[in-house]
Amino acid sequence: MDEKTKVSPGYVDSLWRFLVSLKLTVVVLLCLAALSIIGTVIPQNGPSQAYIQEYGPFSYQVFALLDIVDMYHSWWFVGLLLVLVVNIIACSIDRLQTTWKVIFDRAPRFELSQYRNRNNRIDVKVQPPASQLKALFERWLCRRFRYCKVVSTDKGFAVTAERGRWTRLGVYAVHLSIVVLLLGGLVGSKFGFDGFVKIPEGESADTITLNSSGRLFKLPFTIRCEDFTVQFYEGGQRPKEFRSSLIITENGREMLRKQIVVNDPLYYKGIGVYQSSYERLESTAKDVPEKLSADAPIELTFQSVESGIIYTRTATIGQPVQIPEGLGVLTLERFEPEAKFQSMSLGPALLGKLVSPEGEVQTITLPLRFAKFDAMRRGKVIIAAAAQNAAPAKERYATGLQVVYDPGVWVVYAGFILMILGCVVVFFMSHQQVVVEVTGEEKATRIMVAGKSNKNRVGFQFTLQRMAKHLAQLAEGDAKKA
Amino acid sequence: MVDNSLILSIVTFIYGLAGVLYLISWIFRKEMPGRLATRISWVALAGNTIGILLRWVQSYRMGSEYGHAPFSNMYESLVFFAWTIGVIYIVVERRYKTRTLGAIAAPLACLALAYASLEPSSAIEPLIPALKSNWLIAHVITCFLGYAAFAVAFAVSILYLVKSKEELKAEGGGLIHIPPSELLDELTHQLVMFGFLFLTVGIITGAVWAKQAWTRYWSWDPKETWSLITWLIYAALLHFRMMRGWRGRRIAILSILGFLAVLFTYFGVNYFLSGLHSYGAFSQ
Repeated sequence: MDEKTKVSPGYVDSLWRFLVSLKLTVVVLLCLAALSIIGTVIPQNGPSQAYIQEYGPFSYQVFALLDIVDMYHSWWFVGLLLVLVVNIIACSIDRLQTTWKVIFDRAPRFELSQYRNRNNRIDVKVQPPASQLKALFERWLCRRFRYCKVVSTDKGFAVTAERGRWTRLGVYAVHLSIVVLLLGGLVGSKFGFDGFVKIPEGESADTITLNSSGRLFKLPFTIRCEDFTVQFYEGGQRPKEFRSSLIITENGREMLRKQIVVNDPLYYKGIGVYQSSYERLESTAKDVPEKLSADAPIELTFQSVESGIIYTRTATIGQPVQIPEGLGVLTLERFEPEAKFQSMSLGPALLGKLVSPEGEVQTITLPLRFAKFDAMRRGKVIIAAAAQNAAPAKERYATGLQVVYDPGVWVVYAGFILMILGCVVVFFMSHQQVVVEVTGEEKATRIMVAGKSNKNRVGFQFTLQRMAKHLAQLAEGDAKKA
Repeated sequence: MVDNSLILSIVTFIYGLAGVLYLISWIFRKEMPGRLATRISWVALAGNTIGILLRWVQSYRMGSEYGHAPFSNMYESLVFFAWTIGVIYIVVERRYKTRTLGAIAAPLACLALAYASLEPSSAIEPLIPALKSNWLIAHVITCFLGYAAFAVAFAVSILYLVKSKEELKAEGGGLIHIPPSELLDELTHQLVMFGFLFLTVGIITGAVWAKQAWTRYWSWDPKETWSLITWLIYAALLHFRMMRGWRGRRIAILSILGFLAVLFTYFGVNYFLSGLHSYGAFSQ
């Protein structure tokens, strides 16, 4: 056609046309939609054994070959996203040139005859002469439209007005936001990390296991878990809260102390520490305290061998207890964390002195873990000590924490804001041009309202109608006043 | 105090009644049942609103542990879905002065509530840790405004297809009175734009929340992925319409396809796929 085609080889030109085509856009959008389904049906990033079991070894090889087990990061999915980005950038460059001219046009031209012939124009007739309405209409329209200009015509005047030129940029904002989002995601995956660490209560950790590779990663600080609690709602099934009390230390110095729960993580140096899971630790002294303070109340049960009745009493160490049915007096003497009986380990136990009604003194051992132990003594009463009621055993937990650093998150959030604002502009705002022409006729004055909008023509027509009605009222009202 | 679920069961029938009257008014081209249907829709919407508010209040009366905005499970979301359909339909009816749509929209709201009553757990349950966030309200409201707009757009698209078939059979002299196709077409477009904006905001609020609760703003969880699929379908629709000037039948079909994706995002993911949104197990 012209010189340009001769200069640039044909294929560059057709490549460009391909890149800016709408066909490419919708094909990519619909392909992304269709392919995304795969990853929702086939579980992602599972262990290879699970796939082999579920789909068989051959299918698994195919999956692995095509990256289906991690499809959202596969070369083909990322490639498709890249095509989308290129498409968006190309389209934006292609169209922005024209849009730019429209937006930064200092003196937009209004072809009056064009508006006079528009079939959406509205005509109303009023009494006052055109000359009287000029200042009035100019003031009213200029208040509502950013650009407005009055031109004289043969038998009157016309006000040309325009607003919302900048709204033509909305569509670029939406498209740019997608590029920003993907960029933010890229920044996060290139420069960020995320991993998991399990810390038992009272212990510290500074190394996490990366989720992606399983490798160990050393944090620039140490996390200490002071305490972990899990609470359930009544009924015991529904979890209510998972809470870890954490202390961040750096070079031995305490830098931050915070209790974290789900939805309220801790941030230190841009690194987030999230409550993720917990584990009950296997403890040798399950359900049983390792220590017992001197004044801790202990629940004692006495079973009378003769009557079979079980009595419960609460006592502390050193306090004599009268056994019912006149079976004697028991005095607990001390707590022994590792009691032994004939070289058999009994675990934590209470040692006491039993004085029978006859005055006979006997040393007895009450292991907290074996309630029936005292029956072996074959006395008239079987005594057991239940410690968990007196001093509830604190179960020991380890908290599971996700530690995440994502420097791209603010880029992504900026993209979110840009996308929302852009969508509002694209969907609900438009570039509107309006001509109000006032013509003096033989008996009356004719007001013509016509205009065009780049979007939402139906809604704009309502706007024009309201405007015509208002201008007519304004004209008549002014006439009455005069 | 009357229980909220009793009120909501009654509201189900009121929506159903409104739907029947809209249908009668449409088929027999009578004004009277239509006007009555409008009034009944208002009653249903009011009842739906009261039901939601009452549930909210009742949850707090059961103890501060229980108190939460009623958006936390399938039952509560279905009730809210019915409400958003009701609101959007009534706004459209008033603005575009057409009642025909009610014959599809009101039954949709009725269906949502009827389906809610089939849910095994309509009891108020306290929130699990993952749901204890201020983002819950923003996320659910925006998502469901989007879903409901797509639902009403779906109703319009069905009408459009019925209309175009009718027009093929007998020019203009059909049995059924439907607003002009240009209006239906425009309405689909407006509703899809509205729905798209709210779906976008819904996905974004969900992402910001996920960053707080699950450490990542996007983890390709099935619910997230399906909401993206829905978003992509409607994005394609908007491009066809705005750039190619596609109108009518093809847009109607895309809008129906989009709504099927909405339904799968909403129900299908919960029943067929497992992920973070199922709230079954605590992760790891």
